[in-house]
Amino acid sequence: MTGTIAVTSEGPELTSMVDPRFGRAAGFVVVDLASGKSSYVDNGGAQALAQGAGIQAAENVARAGAGVVLSGFVGPKAFAALSAAGIQVVQNVENMTVGQAIEKYRQGAFSVADAPNSKGGGRR
Amino acid sequence: MICAVASGKGGTGKTTVTASLAAVWERPLCVADLDVEEPNLHLFLNPELGAEAPAFMEIPVLDPTRCTLCGLCAEFCQFKALSVMGKTLLVFPEMCHGCGGCLRLCPEGALSPGGRELGCIIPGRAGDTGFLMGRLRVGEAMSPPLLRAVKARLPRDCAGARDILLDAPPGVSCPAVNAVMDADVVLLVTEPTPFGLHDLRLAVEAFRPMGAALGVVINRAGVGDAGVADFCRDENLPVWAEIPFSRAAAEAYARGQVLADALPELRGRFTALMEHVLTAAAKRAAGTGEARHA
Repeated sequence: MTGTIAVTSEGPELTSMVDPRFGRAAGFVVVDLASGKSSYVDNGGAQALAQGAGIQAAENVARAGAGVVLSGFVGPKAFAALSAAGIQVVQNVENMTVGQAIEKYRQGAFSVADAPNSKGGGRR
Repeated sequence: MICAVASGKGGTGKTTVTASLAAVWERPLCVADLDVEEPNLHLFLNPELGAEAPAFMEIPVLDPTRCTLCGLCAEFCQFKALSVMGKTLLVFPEMCHGCGGCLRLCPEGALSPGGRELGCIIPGRAGDTGFLMGRLRVGEAMSPPLLRAVKARLPRDCAGARDILLDAPPGVSCPAVNAVMDADVVLLVTEPTPFGLHDLRLAVEAFRPMGAALGVVINRAGVGDAGVADFCRDENLPVWAEIPFSRAAAEAYARGQVLADALPELRGRFTALMEHVLTAAAKRAAGTGEARHA
């Protein structure tokens, strides 16, 4: 399997828990599926914004070169931004580690969303 | 003279005080409800309302055929109203704060000014008193731009008035600051409870640096504790009026009555409050004049 995948994460490790929030996620674990190598992108800048965290987070994901995002809840503006960049969104991923989420993705257990599942602005 | 009726805490009686002041104030007077998120002064003053005028804020409108995706606008915008994602410049008009920076920066002329409706401005007349209010559009998140649009109409709609009373929104953040920043006198309406004291402290901290004369009105006097009175003494804040806590006052309020009219025994307190405000405004005007000469 190839491609680059970003998972919203509470910490920098594959053993870190998935952060269910997209815009306000602590960061993203970015995994190259071919090599299995992972890196961490801090999302603190987006967390600090009063508004527009989802848009900023989408920019961070795009800059990291990811083609797919795994997260819990993605708001409408973040979804529009990710879609415009051609990034696929998988939602409702939570209560598992980043590594487990990646493994499930590899197994094809997730489906790509065609609409946001959150109202944005931190509201579900 | 502009007097803003403000408070840190909500529900302390700003509108109650504004309505009663309007009832006793020397004419010609104009009153404006700047609590555009939930205006209610009109419920007490019962003005005859004129035509609603929509108010707009300038936002960018994109011509994608001219955009080269250079990203200057997106880099400049602090509110993520613009974002270059892939081969698209995304515009999120609801995020825009209306600064106009992107319109000036765009080297391609790809952004032109459009408008986001903030809400409406409604003029009116309550007897011999001029009246103005703003009402925020449901779904609009930013009230300060509408509040400023209402204030911008004061010179026209209150042209004949000698004094203007402003009913400010609660809190001490941007909406409240925008409401009180041009005032000569700011009345801080509070209640003698720990909550009232906590938010009064914040209000004093926020509004004092703006230079208006500050005076305190203690509503529901008789409940709670002496914290507010002690704080006012320590801070040299004059308490210009106390409105006693009473069932009669609450009932009058619930019926949409103006306290100064419904409870004649309170009328004198509001007249005295007006005198305090006018005296403080005159002193401040004289002080400013001296400072200018120096």
